[in-house]
Formats: sequence, structure tokens, C-alpha cells
Amino acid sequence: MVGITSYGGYIPRYRLSRMVIVQNMAWLFPVMMGAAQGEKSVANWDEDAITMAVAAGFDCMSGKDRKAVDALYLASTTLPYRDRLNAGILATALNIPAKGVASADYTSSLKAGTSAAISAMQAIESGSNNNVLVVASDQRRTKMANMSEMFLGDGSAALLFGKEDVIAKLIGHYSTTYDFADHYKGKAKDFDYVWEERWTKDEGFKKIIPEAISGYLEQTGGKITDYDKVVYPCYYAREHMGIAKQLGCDPAKVQDNMHAVCGDTGTAHPFVMFVAALQEAKPGDKILLAGFGQGCDVLGFEVTDKINDLKGPVGIKGSLANKAELDSYQKYATFRDLVEVDLGLRSELYGNTALTTLWRKRKMLLGLVGGKCTKCGTPQYPVSGICVNPECHSVNCMEDYEFATKAGTVLTYTGDMLAASIDPPAVYGVVTFEGGGRMWIDFTDCALDNVKVGMPVKMSFRIKKTDEIRGYRGYFWKAVPQI
Amino acid sequence: MATGIRDKVAIIGMGCTSFGERWDMGAEELLIESFQEALQDAGIERNDIEAAWLSTCVDEMHVGKSGVPASIALRLPNIAVTRVENFCASGTEAFRGAVYAVASGAVDIAMAIGVEKLKDTGYGGLPEFGSAGTYGVGTFMQPNFTAPGCFAMLASGYTSKFGVEMSELKKAMAHVSVKSHANGVANPKAHLRRPIDVDRVLNAPMIAYPLGLFDCCGVSDGSACAIVTTPEIAKKLGKKDLVSVKALQLSLSNGEEQQFDNWDGAHIVTTTVASTKAYKEAGITNPREEISMMEVHDCFSITELVTMEDLHISERGQAPKDILDGFYDIDGQVPCQVDGGLKCFGHPIGASGLRMLYEMYNQLHGRCGERQLKNPKYGLTHNLGGFPIMNVCSISIVGKYDG
Repeated sequence: MVGITSYGGYIPRYRLSRMVIVQNMAWLFPVMMGAAQGEKSVANWDEDAITMAVAAGFDCMSGKDRKAVDALYLASTTLPYRDRLNAGILATALNIPAKGVASADYTSSLKAGTSAAISAMQAIESGSNNNVLVVASDQRRTKMANMSEMFLGDGSAALLFGKEDVIAKLIGHYSTTYDFADHYKGKAKDFDYVWEERWTKDEGFKKIIPEAISGYLEQTGGKITDYDKVVYPCYYAREHMGIAKQLGCDPAKVQDNMHAVCGDTGTAHPFVMFVAALQEAKPGDKILLAGFGQGCDVLGFEVTDKINDLKGPVGIKGSLANKAELDSYQKYATFRDLVEVDLGLRSELYGNTALTTLWRKRKMLLGLVGGKCTKCGTPQYPVSGICVNPECHSVNCMEDYEFATKAGTVLTYTGDMLAASIDPPAVYGVVTFEGGGRMWIDFTDCALDNVKVGMPVKMSFRIKKTDEIRGYRGYFWKAVPQI
Repeated sequence: MATGIRDKVAIIGMGCTSFGERWDMGAEELLIESFQEALQDAGIERNDIEAAWLSTCVDEMHVGKSGVPASIALRLPNIAVTRVENFCASGTEAFRGAVYAVASGAVDIAMAIGVEKLKDTGYGGLPEFGSAGTYGVGTFMQPNFTAPGCFAMLASGYTSKFGVEMSELKKAMAHVSVKSHANGVANPKAHLRRPIDVDRVLNAPMIAYPLGLFDCCGVSDGSACAIVTTPEIAKKLGKKDLVSVKALQLSLSNGEEQQFDNWDGAHIVTTTVASTKAYKEAGITNPREEISMMEVHDCFSITELVTMEDLHISERGQAPKDILDGFYDIDGQVPCQVDGGLKCFGHPIGASGLRMLYEMYNQLHGRCGERQLKNPKYGLTHNLGGFPIMNVCSISIVGKYDG
């Protein structure tokens, strides 16, 4: 039986009320008032498609063996590198073995996630792979006062596919391909070029999705009424429901498009909505999932009783619950680099990044893998040739020790107004880990006033360095105080 | 068996520029200013100097690599000039080189000279460590820190360890700064020469929580210089009331603070080690009673506060009380930052250790005018380079020669 064996989700902590956007930008584009319900998720300034993918990937793999993953696909339209495998960064951060693991980026379409899912299950069906992790993630920048600014949110979700302990077995899948460009992003362009809404609704969402779902039902010999949940993205509320009506689907069975709680998360959105649906599903439920973008992928699943055994992931539900209000539009615009702010001379970059060093230390830097002394058992980070324990000092005796999932505690901290930061003060401190080891490290997703000595922290993969001159984006881990 | 440095080397001449925003001068000119004063004080010729050590830290910003910039600026007679850098302990490190050269018998007269031109960066605070302070793989991992932030973390560690309210700790920290400013007023070579009060310190803008503007030392240009020889040669040169080196110690972090589980984040490991060794070398058994005066590395008020404990002068947890009691004031039992400290002099890194020695030397010679202390015996200087979690500590003790 091929199907889904785990799920994970990540919605960034910051949420921006759409009324805040309206208050700041409706003077320029009053039409935006029409979509001003609820809030959208906003990635912190140090988050992007990769960092959110790492978070969703870890969530999906909690309680699962990351060493058993033998293929990894990352789906996104907002990957930071055009030539450097973004899934390779994800794999290293997840500390998935390098050897015998195939990985690929799926990109250039908002249905890249569902396409990757189909490839993953085909690979498993063919016997080429046993455990394939597919992560979909998007952090789409939008122009100020564009309708997209209202609709789009940031997020990520992951699905693990396999044959053992399947929580939702695949019924079938069907795809269509059309060069329907309701929007596109040209080479080296920062923002989407978006065509008229009315056309997108009539010729796009309302035609392409129902057609593909009908095609799927025909191919699998089922009826829409067989399905307990129907999941497809469409950020236009009326059309979202209209599609169900066209299909003869009970509106109550249509999965919420999450406009009110996070907005449309792009490539991630079919997965985000689907994971939310799975988190409410019972054994025996049938769920239909569609991904839309230059055609449509449709996948059908039947939930098994194994879903009751999956306890690790917090999923979309847990991630949505962990939120903090971003009450400043100026801060949002600065996080997304939509306005030019002066970070001072101290922010100027000094030199390039040593790719040789990054390669040599990739496990330590991207995977946060430290060492544990095989002689005295002391966990330590960074890894050194000589054990740090003064009673030991054994030479070349370290075995790998993962810090990424260890619980930490704040030992000391500060909030630094002198450091050049997009979100001052720059909060950092020393964190000690359960089981041993400590780090002097940046904190993120926190306000200085809320940080206290002794507070628990979790580790999070984040952007560490942005080098505009050389087009380089560097990553490292930060501590997130659990406020 | 090593016998230590005590009384093997005497200081015969010192010089120090006025510290401040010396817009009109580069490092080369500052070097000449402190050098000329030291030569004149020593009463020797340039050609009598047989070896020299130059200390600079952020050399990228001014003189560049090697000892050549000093050799050329001062027209030294083709002698050995070694450039040293050891974070904020650089000045004392240069002094150590010169002192050890004389003590070894390799040369008769040696010089240590330090300089830093910090005000050519275009922004406030110490130069960004992006290029200067990080090391290889560290650039990938270290937080987005500045110097005040690194030391500010001590305050959170201290309040947590000793169960003190931050507002109470801040009062003691404020007293540290108020006291140093009061001392700096009386020093014509200091950069900042205005008295401040506790309210002003407590209400200043935040730099790095909980350090406000007046918890931070100034940023200045400056240079200082010392000329050393053996006590015997000093006497032959006609020197009287010799000031000799009693102890010189360095201690460096070995990564335990950063990687092991035994550091509380509330004190400085290396200062504890270096001071213990320095007292032993100098023959001091009770520093609280025997040290007459100190110049410590008050880059930030919290640094000075914990240093009082790390030097074994205040008991652990008792520095705030001693500070508020006036124990370290100019009229207290162990006056600290007699010249105004880094607080009023700023911290041209390569020069700071030598600037501290300059004050101790002049106090021991009774040349300090209105801030002159009564009959000091031992003066201690202390530098702390790097960050609490990873640092270099230097301690020197100088005093009246007993030989």
C-alpha cells in the first residue's frame, strides 16, 4: 500500500491583520478593502522558503527516522538559488544521509508540490524508493498595494510518503497541463505580473480545477460524494465555493481556503490545506486534493486507522496556534525589503563567504550537528578535535550529536541596539541544552521584553546572512524562546 | 624553577597622548606624540632602544600589518620591531614582550608602544567585528553581536546567579560610571571630562540591554608608550625611586565557557586565573588590603563590576555592595580607574594597557596633581579582550622597586 506516512506543517509566527494593510495602503488602491477579512501569515525577516521547509520537514519527521528517507523533493516558486540545489540545503539541515538519497527541486508552478507528491508515490510504487519526503514552501513577496498583498501568506507543509504505517493510502491521481498564465514571474523579476482577476476566475480556477477533478473521478471510477473532504486552493471566496457547486459537492465538505487565518501560501497551499484536513480526519475518510497552476494535479486518499498513532507532528493546526501579531505595516514592508531602510554603516558586508569552509563544516553549520565525546560522553558545539571537558581532553573522539531537536534553556541574553539588525534590538545569548552542551547564538521570533533567564528555547533554521553583492544567502540556526 | 618577573625590570620612561577624537592626527602622528614624551621622560636617545613591540588591534583601519609602520614613523635604528595583537590585551602584550626581552638579558633597553586610530571608521562604537573579530568558521555561527551586547549578557547572568533585581544591579553599575567620570574630570588627557550623576546614567538611551549609553566607555584615538630596562641600568642612568614590574600574567579562554557546562555567565574565568597568578608572582597575599590602586578594563560598567570579584578583591556577589559603599572611589580603600578609566579615555585598543600603566607609573612617582593618591605601593592594571565567553585577560602589577 502506497500512501502518506506522516505530515508536517509550518506557518510563521507573525500574523498581519489585513485591516493594517488597508489602513496603510487603501488610499492607493481602495479595491483591497474587498479582501480585508482576517489575517495573513508573515515570515520573519530571517525566514524564506527554505527555512520554512526545514521547519515543516522537522515537524513531519518528528517520531520518524530521518535516516530512512531515501528521496527528498522541495517544491517552491520562491527558492533562493537558481543553480544550487535548494533541496540539498534542506537535506543537510534535516541531517538526512547524503549517500543513496536522491533529491530535486520542483519549481516554476504553484502545483509543484502536488506534482512532486505524484513523482514520490510513483517512485515508491516502482520500488525505486521507500520513504520520500516532499516539502512545499513559499514565501512570495508582493508589491505594496497589489491585491496579492492581501491574498498571499507565507507557509510550508510536508508529506512523507512510503509503504509502511500508511496513514492515508493513495486511491489514484490525475493531471492536466495548460499554459494558463494568470500570473508569471519573469527571469530576475522580483514580483509576479498578474492578469485580470475576472479572467483568472472564469477561465482558470472555475474551469481547470473542476475539469481535472472530473477527470480524476472518471479515471478512478468514483463520485465526488464519495469524498469526505475536498481540498483545492482558491483565494477568491465566491469562486472557491462555486467550484464545489459545479462539482455537485456539499459545501460543508470543502476544506477552508484559510484566507482568514494565513492567506494563500502558494506552492505550499495545497499541502497546507490538506494537512489541516488530515488533522481533522477519521479513519475511513476519503480526501481529495488538487493543486492548481498551469494545469491541475488531483490526488485521492483514504485515511487509515494508523492516523490515530501519529502523535509527533504539530502540523498546521499547532503551527497556526503559535502566533504573534505584527502590528506595524512599516515593519512588514521592511521585513520583505519593500522599502529601503538605513541599517547604518555597520551593516555593510565584509567579504564573501568561504564556500570551502561551508562544505567542510556542512553538517555542523547547516545540520547543527555537534560532537559527543566517545570517551566521556560530553556533548559539545562547535565540534573540536580535542574534547572540551577538562577532565577528558581526548583527541579525535567525537561522534555526531544532533542539537537541532534538543530542548534548550536561556543562560544569559541581551538585546543589542548597536548591532545592525532589520528588527532591532538584535537579541542573542547563551543557551544550554538538555543533556549537555551550549551555544552562544542569535535568538529570533521574540521581543526582548519577553525573554527571561531560564526560559525554554527551541532551535530554528534561519537566514543568517544576505549578501546582495554576490547573490548569496547563508543559513544557520537560531534559538526561539518559547514565550 | 622559574622565579617570575618581580623586580627584574624597571620602567624608566612613559608617554601618553591625550585621548579623544583626534581628527587631525593619524596613527603615525599619535605614535610620535607618546614616543617623544617617553624618550624625554627616560632621558635616553632613540638609538639606545634595542628592541620594540608595537601593539595595535584593528590594524586594518589604520597602520596595517607588521612592525614597519612604527619603525618608519619613529625612525627607529633598524632594530627589531614586533607587532602584537591579542584583542584588548594588546597593549599589555607589547609591554610583556619588552619586559621579557630585558629580563632575559637579550637587550638592555626595550620599548612597548601601542596605538589605535578608531575614529576613521565612519560610525560609533568599536569597528565592526565582521572582519576583525571573528575567526574562520565562527563567522558562520556567531550571533549578530557587538561589544556592548556581549558584555551586557553578564548582567543577565549576574542577576540570575545572585538573585539580584536588575534595577538594583543597575544602580551599582551607575555608580561605577559616575565614579570614573568624577576621576576623569581631573585628568587633562582624558577624552570625556564631564561629571555625570546616577539619574543621568539610569535614564540614558539603551545600547544593549541592560547597558545604557553611560554604561559604555567612549571610543577614542590614542597612543601610549613605555621604555624599560633593568633596575641596575636604570640606576646607572641616574634614575631614582624606581618603578618596577611586580607581575605580568596572561590567561586565555580554552573554549570551556563556550562549549562546556561549567561557566555561569556571571564572571570572567580568565581574570580569576590571571589575578591569582599575578598576586603570587608579586608576593601579594591579601589583594584587598595590599593593592593601592587599580586601572581595570571598564569597557562597560558591568565588566568593572564583575572584575572586582574576579580580582578577588570583592567577595562573590558582593561587588555591588562594595561599589555602592565607595570602596573603589578615589577616596575609598582601593581606588579604581584613578585616571578616569576606559570610561573617560575611550579604548584605542592597542594603547589602553599602556595608558593604564602610565597612570600607575605616574601615581607611584607622585606626579598626578589633584588626583594624586597618598603613598601608593602597588598598582594593578587589567585588560580583558574579546568577550566574556571567549577572551584574553592580562594583568600587570607595578610598584616601588624593593631591590
